[in-house]
Amino acid sequence: MNPKFIQKIASVALGTAMLVTLSVLIFIIFYILYQGLPIVSMEFLTTPIRDMGKSGGIFPTIISTFYLAFLSICIAAPLGIGTAVFLTEYTRENTVTRVIRFTTDCLAGIPSIIFGLFGFVFFVIYLGFGWSILAGSLTLATMMLPTIIRTSEEAIRAVPEGFREVTYGLGGSKWQSVTEIVLPKAFPGILTGIILSMGRAVSETAALIFTAGMSLHTPVSVLSSGRSMAVHFYTIAREGISLQMAFGTAAVLIVTISIINISSYLLMHKYMRKYA
Amino acid sequence: MMKITSRNLNVFYEDFHALINVNLDIREHAITAFIGSSGCGKTTLLRCFNRMNDLIDGAKVHGEVRLDGKNIYPDGGDLLALRRKVGMVFQRPNPFPLSIFDNCIYGPRVHGTKERKKLEVISEHALSAVLLWEELKDRLDRPALELTGEQQQRLCIARLLAVNAEVLLMDEPCSTLDPIATQKIEELLVKLKKDYTIVIVTHNMQQAARISDSTGFFLMGEMVEFGTTKKLFRSPKHKRTQDYLEGRFG
Repeated sequence: MNPKFIQKIASVALGTAMLVTLSVLIFIIFYILYQGLPIVSMEFLTTPIRDMGKSGGIFPTIISTFYLAFLSICIAAPLGIGTAVFLTEYTRENTVTRVIRFTTDCLAGIPSIIFGLFGFVFFVIYLGFGWSILAGSLTLATMMLPTIIRTSEEAIRAVPEGFREVTYGLGGSKWQSVTEIVLPKAFPGILTGIILSMGRAVSETAALIFTAGMSLHTPVSVLSSGRSMAVHFYTIAREGISLQMAFGTAAVLIVTISIINISSYLLMHKYMRKYA
Repeated sequence: MMKITSRNLNVFYEDFHALINVNLDIREHAITAFIGSSGCGKTTLLRCFNRMNDLIDGAKVHGEVRLDGKNIYPDGGDLLALRRKVGMVFQRPNPFPLSIFDNCIYGPRVHGTKERKKLEVISEHALSAVLLWEELKDRLDRPALELTGEQQQRLCIARLLAVNAEVLLMDEPCSTLDPIATQKIEELLVKLKKDYTIVIVTHNMQQAARISDSTGFFLMGEMVEFGTTKKLFRSPKHKRTQDYLEGRFG
């Protein structure tokens, strides 16, 4: 066969692969939006759940979702970024750092239900938090840590060594090089990791059923139980309560994730123009 | 007046003996050049003067380096204060990805100066000293990376002047610049030596001959010869120096 012909086959095959992937994605999104959006209204977004989800709105689940996402980021981001800074800036490459890195990689591959079980045994029962936003957020945070650590680490490593040397050369300390130049420069990469893990938190179900519980009420404190949108969707779809309400919830969930992603990327671009 | 003196200075990278018994006196308000082929230890020596070698894994420094008569390698010495006094310009211009202004006042800000007015005064002084003020005063908020290589290198020098450095260590500051830019930087260095002590490492023998007052020739970690530039280039004492200057090796 002549190379030109092979080339043609290759480009057709690659193009098809791309189209299939893209169309599956678009199909899923459009199907859910098509099924779900008609039922989404101001009332749907702002009223409490009625009849176990058969009617009423999804207001409590929206609040629970934001509560969980926000709290888990607040816990995981400082810990994860701190660990990444420690691994890259404050230690030299040795067995310990390799072990830490290996364990974070393993942690990233563990199914979320295992995290759920851990959260249930440790946070819910042993620490006595009960089914609560707090226990759920802590569990989500442990799930998010590996992603945040590894992406932050990559981003920090990508900052040229020269920038650190200049800071030292001007009489700056290690901490100043980290806060003044390394973290600002690595920020877009770090943010990407946080967005990715936030997506995971918002769409998580298995781990949350065990830890945050499935209360139908709007959580009032970190110790109240609450079901997130994803958990609500899972429950009412699985128990055949109302497929229509389930699709409505899913549509809101998809729109929420899109809003989070788009606004973070906008923020990132605005920021990168300053630090380009 | 001697600004920096070294006595029996030895540097090891793990088992590699990178600098062997260097004894040297660097005069204040003069340009001192280090020449020699790659890997001869001249950059290592430069990095001894602001203890940048401390950052390298497995590097060990023995012997004595004195700045204004004070040992800079005592136990628990103030590394940060030393590095403010002894600044370094690198081979490749490396401004931060920030605005020209923010680059210029990076040092003072790190050291806690917050007042905008003060910072503006500092940046004007520093940029004027490197002859950039007239060119750039209307676009201080532009990204520094938009500047030409020569302007970037000047900015990097200004960044040091802004923290009141007294000694400027330069590690082949012109090696990534074209000849015209090189000439301009050289003119700047000659102008700056009135107020600063400059130590420059260079691959370029003509550069050393053109701008320096004293020159040291290095070979395989040893300082073979050190003297006034005129003497060293016209009548070198050592055969190896002469061979190098005539281009027989290196």
